[in-house]
Amino acid sequence: MTDSLYVAWQYIRYNKVKTATLVACITLIGFLPLVLERLLRESERQLAARAATTPLVVGAKGSALDLVMSTLYFGDEMPERITMKAARQVTDSDLAIAIPLYVRFKARDFPIVGTTLDYFDFRGLQVSRGRQLAILGECVLGATAANRLGLGVGDSLVSSPENLFDLAGVYPLKMQVVGILHRTHTSDDLAVFVDLKTAWVIEGLGHGHEDLTRTRDQSVILKRTEGNVAATAKLMHFQEITAENMDSFHFHGDTTVYPATAVIAVPNDAKSGTILRGRYLGSGGEYQIVVPEEVIDSLLQNIFRIKNVIEAVILIVGFATILAIVLVFSLSLRLRQREIETIFKLGCSRLTTVRLLSAEVGIILVGSGVLCLALLGAVAPFENELVRSLIIR
Amino acid sequence: MIRIESLHFHYPGTDFQLAIPRLSVAAGEKVAVVGPSGSGKTTLLNLIAGILTTGDGEVQVGDVRVNALPDADRRDFRISTIGFVFQDFELLDYLTVWDNILHPYRITGALTLKGEVRDRARGLAEQMGIADKLGRRPGHLSQGEKQRTAICRALLTRPALILADEATGNLDPDNKVRILDLLFRSVDEHGATLLAVTHDHGLLQRFSRVVDFFAFRSGAGGVA
Repeated sequence: MTDSLYVAWQYIRYNKVKTATLVACITLIGFLPLVLERLLRESERQLAARAATTPLVVGAKGSALDLVMSTLYFGDEMPERITMKAARQVTDSDLAIAIPLYVRFKARDFPIVGTTLDYFDFRGLQVSRGRQLAILGECVLGATAANRLGLGVGDSLVSSPENLFDLAGVYPLKMQVVGILHRTHTSDDLAVFVDLKTAWVIEGLGHGHEDLTRTRDQSVILKRTEGNVAATAKLMHFQEITAENMDSFHFHGDTTVYPATAVIAVPNDAKSGTILRGRYLGSGGEYQIVVPEEVIDSLLQNIFRIKNVIEAVILIVGFATILAIVLVFSLSLRLRQREIETIFKLGCSRLTTVRLLSAEVGIILVGSGVLCLALLGAVAPFENELVRSLIIR
Repeated sequence: MIRIESLHFHYPGTDFQLAIPRLSVAAGEKVAVVGPSGSGKTTLLNLIAGILTTGDGEVQVGDVRVNALPDADRRDFRISTIGFVFQDFELLDYLTVWDNILHPYRITGALTLKGEVRDRARGLAEQMGIADKLGRRPGHLSQGEKQRTAICRALLTRPALILADEATGNLDPDNKVRILDLLFRSVDEHGATLLAVTHDHGLLQRFSRVVDFFAFRSGAGGVA
């Protein structure tokens, strides 16, 4: 058998292109359905587990899926904004704890999640290094985000401008990293958490600048009236919140109408949850309340329906590829007829000839299997991210 | 060494008929087989080697009645007794010269590839002047070098009988003489018998005997 393998290996080495093509085809036939299965299993795990631990989400009317994807996974879908009034409503009902979220901005491609400290308790998020959020302008990083950004406690992170050419738009804010969270293998690992007020500062709803009543530069004064000073566009806003300028930061207007993207409602008990749901379902109000588990179940059903279609396509393509491979082997046998006759004349039995050819097929199959496993192994560390980029985002 | 009696053979579905009333070749002889194309020269070699068989007549090599052997025994007989040299060399493109020479040992369980066999292969390669080409593949050899490789492969099993089917047919005149010299010398050194089909009448005087197939087909019997 060793000799058969040796001769087969020499043949395979000599016919590199043919072998590589066959190995690639067979590997793909095995790899595609396996990796699809694993990615879908991972997506099911990620989606379902998080949805199951999030009882209710209040948000703007519209796509329930966008609302859930944004609230649970901080995806790219941007649901209609709501105001903090929605959180007040939930709190005032005494039926649930309201955890507002504002997920709109990014810092170097990682979502900035503006929320309250209740969120950390609700998700069971623990700080592994540093401390929790305490003052304006601070951020706490998810484990993966910290790792990929190469940031630690004491470093700073600048929020990304939404649009480079929108001068009236969001200005970048330099945030201080004060804590890194323990890894949870959820979307929280990829988030940059800030206090809700810090998110509003990024949006420009809150800002800090030099005291206009004391400035010597008159060019920044547009109008001075009794008890009020209006500034020109020349007035520079602070891009970083420090101990020195923190007192100058302030918010204009009524903060109860400040924006949020959703409110996670954590009911006191099942009955409270049902009553709360009823209030939203029954009213013609501006908000909707959704049960994430139901939304995700519906999404998973659709994903698995698509999976079935993809698997059917892979099956057909795989069958066609196998036929092509059989054709390649049979044509190869014809081309090698003379070689087979020669080795027969030299004393090789038909059985040994079959063994030689089987060894070639075997090496190609084993090679394809090993390559397939290696590819699966190579993909494994990125499954979480692939699921996020292919399915969640 | 070879004794053929009342041999009749035909390929099913064709008009071809080979009839050899009597042919014998003594051990150590170098016999040339000549005749027109399609007269059955290659068929004769295949019958002697046991690749083809017929129940009509008798083919005996040494003490073995070849056409009475079952398939597996005929294969073992062939690998232990016969060395084949072909017109087109029949080397395997994907093997090096070295692996081509050793190939008979890798395709049959009847032979074991030991260190002694490798030493012998190296010796044969040196004798044939291809020792420096062992790592090359046939595609990088001249015609003469290819045939020398094929001769090494044929001689490695120390066969008692060498069957050469137009072994010099694809070679230029210089190489023909050189290869025949090497083949004759090797056959002598190994104490083997040579039966060589050839179309090259210029080489016939070098053989100890010539068998003319034209005579067989006309019913006159072999010409010595």
